[in-house]
Amino acid sequence: MPTEFTPLLSLAGGLLIGLAAVLLMAVHGRIAGITGILGGLLPGSGEADQGWRAGFLLGMIAAPSVLLLATGAMPAVEVPVSTLALVAGGFLVGLGATFGSGCTSGHGVCGLSRLSARSIAATLTFMATGGITVFLVRHVFGG
Amino acid sequence: MRSLSAFLIGLLFGLGILLAGMANPAKVLNFFDIAGTWDPSLAFVMGGALMVTAIGYRLVFRTGQPLLAPRFLVPTRKDLDLRLIGGAAVFGIGWGLSGFCPGGLVPALGTGETAPLIAFAAVVAGMLAARLIGMLQARQKLAPDARPS
Repeated sequence: MPTEFTPLLSLAGGLLIGLAAVLLMAVHGRIAGITGILGGLLPGSGEADQGWRAGFLLGMIAAPSVLLLATGAMPAVEVPVSTLALVAGGFLVGLGATFGSGCTSGHGVCGLSRLSARSIAATLTFMATGGITVFLVRHVFGG
Repeated sequence: MRSLSAFLIGLLFGLGILLAGMANPAKVLNFFDIAGTWDPSLAFVMGGALMVTAIGYRLVFRTGQPLLAPRFLVPTRKDLDLRLIGGAAVFGIGWGLSGFCPGGLVPALGTGETAPLIAFAAVVAGMLAARLIGMLQARQKLAPDARPS
């Protein structure tokens, strides 16, 4: 399934993501890593400060409705994979991001901008295995 | 006040994710598919986000203290271990299989589509599984003799 090349929209989205990450640090003193924010809300995390976590995630969930109000269209969520791939992939995402202490937002945006060695190593690793996985699924096994 | 400001910042973050195309698995998977239907858009997301955070963080840290919290909570570890690299590798495989990373998935939940709900349930299950494994490992380290044989 081809998608349209959208450099300006993607750049604008990136600027907003960066702005939100900076604001979260300025106001709450926290890294905008979705794995960490979500993980702290799950039962047994031992985190006491759940108000800002819930607020942040609810704000993210409200974003499509705000776009719908502003533009009249719900943003596209096209899923070119099977339900099995969604479930298996999702499980590995949750497992790996927890062991790896972060995901695209925590390591890829917040960590890289702080020049954290751990985040640089993690980002290079998950970009590489993500690319290899897509190559294998689409061009080796998928045909 | 803290929850409300976090809500607004989360909303901004979610809008950024949606504009960027990160909540759309087709676009994410095409970013990786250099040998096929390649769509390099997501490189611009990373570029834009890093430009703002690299400068913004430096300005923010200079203020000494966040507005609504006692201090900045920033990871300080510098060591590279198997847990970090192995976890990141597994995360990348899952991302390549599903097209959803946690940051893209949460705003996708708000579209009302079914696929993000399924993926989200699986992500939470994976997070809980990781925590369970971590707890079992910690218990074995604390009491090696009490290990069931």
